[in-house]
Amino acid sequence: MSDAVLRVKDLQTQFETRSGVLKAVDGVSFEVARGRILGLVGESGSGKSVTGYSILGLVEPPGRIAGGEVLLNGKDLTRLRGESMRQIRGAQIAMVFQDPMMTLNPVLKIGTQMVAAVRAHDNVSRKAARARSRDALAKVGIPSPEERLDAYPHQLSGGMRQRVAIAIALLHSPAVIIADEPTTALDVSIQGQILAEVRRLADETGTAFVWVTHDLAVVSSLADDICVMYAGRVVETGPAADVIAAPRHPYTAGLLASVPSEHAPGTKLPQVPGSTPSLANLPPGCAFAPRCAKAGPACTTTPPVQHFENGRTALCHYPIEPVSCQPLSLTSTTYRSAS
Amino acid sequence: MSSSPALPLPAETGWTRLSHFWSDFRQSPVAVLALIVVVAVVLMAFLAPFVAPQDPYNQEALDLFDARLEPGEVGSGGYVHWLGTDAAGRDIFSAILYGLRTSLIVGVMASTLALVLGTTVGLVAAYYGGRIEALIMRIIDLQLSLPAILLALVLVALLGQGLMQLVAALVAAQYAYFARTTHGAASAERRKDYIEAALSTPLPARYVLFRHLLPNALPPLIVVATVQVANSIALEATLSFLGLGLPITQPSLGSLISNGFQFLLSGRYWISIYPGIALMLTVVAINLVGDQVRNVLNPRRSR
Amino acid sequence: MIGFLIQRILHALMVVIAMSIIVFLGVYAIGNPIDVMIDPASDQALREALIRRYGLDRPLFEQYFVFMNNMLHGDLGESFIYRLPVLNLIWSRFPATLELALTAMLIATGLGIPLGLWAGYKPESLSAKAIMAFSVLGFSVPSFWVGLLLIMTFAVELGWLPSGGRGPTTQVLGMNLSITSLAGWSYIILPAFNLALFKLGLLIRLTRAGTVEVMGSDYVRFARAQGLSEGKVVGLHVLKNISIPIVTVFGLELGSTLAFAVVTETVFNWPGMGKLIIDSITVLDRPVMVAYLILVVFLFVMINLIVDLVYGQLDPRIRVKAAS
Repeated sequence: MSDAVLRVKDLQTQFETRSGVLKAVDGVSFEVARGRILGLVGESGSGKSVTGYSILGLVEPPGRIAGGEVLLNGKDLTRLRGESMRQIRGAQIAMVFQDPMMTLNPVLKIGTQMVAAVRAHDNVSRKAARARSRDALAKVGIPSPEERLDAYPHQLSGGMRQRVAIAIALLHSPAVIIADEPTTALDVSIQGQILAEVRRLADETGTAFVWVTHDLAVVSSLADDICVMYAGRVVETGPAADVIAAPRHPYTAGLLASVPSEHAPGTKLPQVPGSTPSLANLPPGCAFAPRCAKAGPACTTTPPVQHFENGRTALCHYPIEPVSCQPLSLTSTTYRSAS
Repeated sequence: MSSSPALPLPAETGWTRLSHFWSDFRQSPVAVLALIVVVAVVLMAFLAPFVAPQDPYNQEALDLFDARLEPGEVGSGGYVHWLGTDAAGRDIFSAILYGLRTSLIVGVMASTLALVLGTTVGLVAAYYGGRIEALIMRIIDLQLSLPAILLALVLVALLGQGLMQLVAALVAAQYAYFARTTHGAASAERRKDYIEAALSTPLPARYVLFRHLLPNALPPLIVVATVQVANSIALEATLSFLGLGLPITQPSLGSLISNGFQFLLSGRYWISIYPGIALMLTVVAINLVGDQVRNVLNPRRSR
Repeated sequence: MIGFLIQRILHALMVVIAMSIIVFLGVYAIGNPIDVMIDPASDQALREALIRRYGLDRPLFEQYFVFMNNMLHGDLGESFIYRLPVLNLIWSRFPATLELALTAMLIATGLGIPLGLWAGYKPESLSAKAIMAFSVLGFSVPSFWVGLLLIMTFAVELGWLPSGGRGPTTQVLGMNLSITSLAGWSYIILPAFNLALFKLGLLIRLTRAGTVEVMGSDYVRFARAQGLSEGKVVGLHVLKNISIPIVTVFGLELGSTLAFAVVTETVFNWPGMGKLIIDSITVLDRPVMVAYLILVVFLFVMINLIVDLVYGQLDPRIRVKAAS
């Protein structure tokens, strides 16, 4: 995609621990275009959250970015330090975290926190900043925004708090928003509202989203493109509908097969055998090989990136051949744009 | 707790935990040095009768002729008083060794008793819960809000002077710390399901208390115990300095310092300063060791 | 908010009453109550007069009420040694201790919080480690020993500052204070610093621990993700969150400072309440001891109450929890 707003190339983030150097992010690459939503999918420990932090330069010691590039509209964020990175954060690229009760400061009023966020990048008066905050709250669908500004986080419901977090992310109309499992802590019905809201924002404002999650149902209903991660590596990418209908990587196939809604009640859920490897003890070659039903002799060497139609890729020696069958739909609603 | 991304790491066994503890402890050269100092002090104090050239409590061995000698001078006993003598002719070096011994014994004794008392109270409170727990913890909280020295002062005032009274005062001033620590750890554990399960069996309550609740309280207790030994020693020294601690027949470092106070202004610094240095080294060293133990045992430390 | 206030005040009152009963019983249980209130050396006629006045021939709980009644009217008995009403005696010494304690707290917070913030902000740096080492010294070395060293260094060796006593005083708001003059400051600075040292060490460690914990929290990460400058992150987000434990400790330590003043006043010959109590313990001037105890307890409870209220103001979650 030549009009990619965010382009991550071969990103490497490592943690130095007593057990050795852990490669939490090992050569991750993906792209997001204007107004598109990329679903970054994986289990816990796959490195998806660390990828998000790395993009924003929020990785703290003993972790560090060891290599690769993060290009935001062509500018490499990994080369920026201190003040220059601070100016980008919140203004051109923003992040929403998982648990808004922890991410909003519990002893400060909502208004105080939002005004501070506005004035971090724009030298405006408190009054003007407050007005902007009020508008941002209204934009994400929060009723009586003026009152909410004077409330404390614990006085709002979980869904409201997350909307506040999204509003804060939107304050400076960033080009990209990275959302790290923002609906995991919420009710399914609230989750639906927020997903609809996000889709609307992407369409109306052209903001690109990187939606980090482990929930395939969310991804299938929201994301335009999907990027599957395992043990710090990207194992499959492509348009969401295509990947879900016909996965190429055995891990993706295993994930999709274990989604409960796909099976009749009472039947046994298929699982991917084994468990996620410890990052300190990765097998040589393909990290998924020990659990893979299709593993072969070549899997002890690093698998190549296989390219397929529609820009799809898979990191595998023995990718799954396409089978013509009905496209799967994991949820009844779809928030995807019609492209 | 912050939600940093999970990194799957290999599990640890009991033995590796112990060796990890030591290697973590070793990370701070200061703490290791402090540990060496503590061991040296304890050894010297207990070997006092063999190491010290003079028994400062033995009236016969003293000679007023030797009073207020400067450090390095030779006394009537024929040996060098490396740290000088005090107003009664006592060799400061010997007095320090014996004084250290008294201070250490009182400090450790008081802390141990406080530990036993406080741990029992804390465990009982955590185990029974409800009204009993609320009442006990209220009393503990109240006691904790009063500074140790005040409590000790009051008790010494009421009970009079003497070794046992002093120890009682020190114990009363300190047991609350142990009680609170134990209660905190034990009550957190108490709420867990496996305790409920254990209690529903015919196992005696004692068993549950000691086998399950107590081990969880141990790490923070160890830290508190180390610090409290240092505090006991310091508190006893303070009381003795004020004239309210041990009687004259059992001088501790505090009373040594107090005796020498009047000579400070006339330039005979050694009578107060050297015992003071000994006291300071001991207390600081114990605190440093306790500090590092706390750092190592802190469960929130990143590995 | 009102409910919270009333609840706390009632609680405080209960504690004061409970403590007064305990003190009363303690004193009476330990010694001969007659000896507590009346100098054993006074003659028979005086003894009988005082026995009747204090109701010491009445049953115990009646005595307690007489005692409380007298106390509320300001009559706490008469000192054996000074032959003055105890309350007047203690009150005359109070300003000296108060200004010493307040100056010490000022030094402790003024130095302790910034140092602790710095140590918590960059905990691995050399300066942070030096600060922590200093703080260990601050609270582990017995304060009377530090006082001695201070006197040795500044008064004896260098001769810059006086070695004891209090400076010239002026009347301020009905109390005699010495900090109003420069000469007065030269007398107070050493003992105040000595008194402050313990609290300084404590405050540094507390601030550092609070800062380290808050710096690792999600909302600090979120604030950074918003592009807030480091100064704003610390000044707005961190400061408010660590202020809660600090205020609690400040309040509690204020009381403890007043108590610790006992040692400092002895070392520096500072004519305050602390020195009074030490002297009375050594000479067994019991009315003074009893009165001091009760006053100290009362002071503590008041301070705790105020701290509780300020706490509720700082952390809005507490108000909700207490009201429910």
